[in-house]
Parts: sequence; C-alpha cells; structure tokens
Amino acid sequence: MKLNILYFAWVRERIGHSQEAYETSAVTVADLITELMARDAGYAAAFADLSVICVAVDQELSDFAAPLSDCREVAFFPPMTGG
Amino acid sequence: MSARVQEATFDFAAEMTAFQSTVTRSGAVVSFTGVVRDDTGNLDHMFIEHYPGMTEAALQKFADQATEIFDLEKALVIHRYGQLQPGEAIMMVATAARHRKDAFAGADYLMDYLKSRAPFWKKELSKGSAAWVAAKAQDEAELAAWGLEGTAKES
Repeated sequence: MKLNILYFAWVRERIGHSQEAYETSAVTVADLITELMARDAGYAAAFADLSVICVAVDQELSDFAAPLSDCREVAFFPPMTGG
Repeated sequence: MSARVQEATFDFAAEMTAFQSTVTRSGAVVSFTGVVRDDTGNLDHMFIEHYPGMTEAALQKFADQATEIFDLEKALVIHRYGQLQPGEAIMMVATAARHRKDAFAGADYLMDYLKSRAPFWKKELSKGSAAWVAAKAQDEAELAAWGLEGTAKES
C-alpha cells in the first residue's frame, strides 16, 4: 500500500522533509511508526516521545491503534497550538 | 457559518460590520481577537504553520458545532498562518445569538476547540533563538470541561 505521509512543525524539522510517498504493509498507525523509526536517527528522534505526537488519518484526528487499510494520507505532528 | 484560513491580515472592523449587517434575529454579537504577544520583549516574529485541507475542514466543523449547541444565528472564524509580527492579529471569532450568554459561550467553545484541535502550530523566533510553542495542559482541561456533548462547561 502506498501512503502519502505528512509531517508538521518540529516533527517535520527532525525528519527533514514535509511529505513523502511511502510503500508499507503496516497494519496500524503504531506499526507504521515502528517502521519509520527504524529508517534513520531523524525519524527515531521525531517519534522518541509518543506522548507529544498526534496523528491524523485522511485528515481526521486519530490514534495509534487506528488501522491503515484504505487510507491514503497519514500526518504526524505535535499537539496543536491554534488560537 | 463561515471559516477562513489566510496568510493576509484581516480588517477586524470591516469584518464585524459585515458580520453584524447580516444578522437578523440576534440581540447579541460577541467577538474575540487573538494577538501575537511578546512576553520577553525579544520576540522578532511568530511563524504559524498549518495543515492545508484539514485546517479548513476542522474550523468549519467547530463553527457548525458551536452553532448547533448554542443556537447561534451566525458564527465566523478567521485564522491566519505564515509570518506575523508582535501586535498583529492572529485570528478572530464572532458569534451572534438571541441572548448574550449563548453568544459568549459559543465564542468560548470555538476558542477552546481552535486552541487544541485545529491543526496550527506556532513557532516563536526571537533574537538568537527559535522555539515551537508547547501545548498547555490547561488548554486540554478547558476543552474537556465542555464534556462529550459540549453543553456544560463546569470549570
């Protein structure tokens, strides 16, 4: 399955790019994070503390247990600071 | 209900005049404006990043929710992104309701959701340093206080 993965704020800065097309067989968001963390030190640093990582699946806020089947876009970012 | 995400500045007075001119059954109009604050005196500028597509949908959803819960006649949200100087307006909300309590509560609800559930991130660029603004536990608590139905704020 090919996913479009987006990164924002300091997650983007640690990983070094804002988006990528990524081929994966990960079943859940948590599986995907495990795969990404193994890629290099930047990913590992970005996901080191999951208590400050939020995820959106197809632009809806979601959680790490969410399945990735039929999903096209996953975004990772820190807690939001709007307003 | 109207929600806009834009880089450009907005004219608060013109927005409020336009907002109020389309209100027909409300006796109360409330607005809130968020401004770039410089706590240390060293802030050069603020950079606001957002998630195009998701941001617009989230703001629209919160405006629609506030409208339904507080029986608003009308709600407006404008939120900026990009580079902003100290003193510049970041965002505004406006609500119109039959009575003032619903107008105030609707604006308060919208602000609580915007702070913690709209995909914006603020970075403060000061002389010699740059830091992303951390989310505050207090903001989550404010959001939780609305309850699942969003009808009772007890804090």
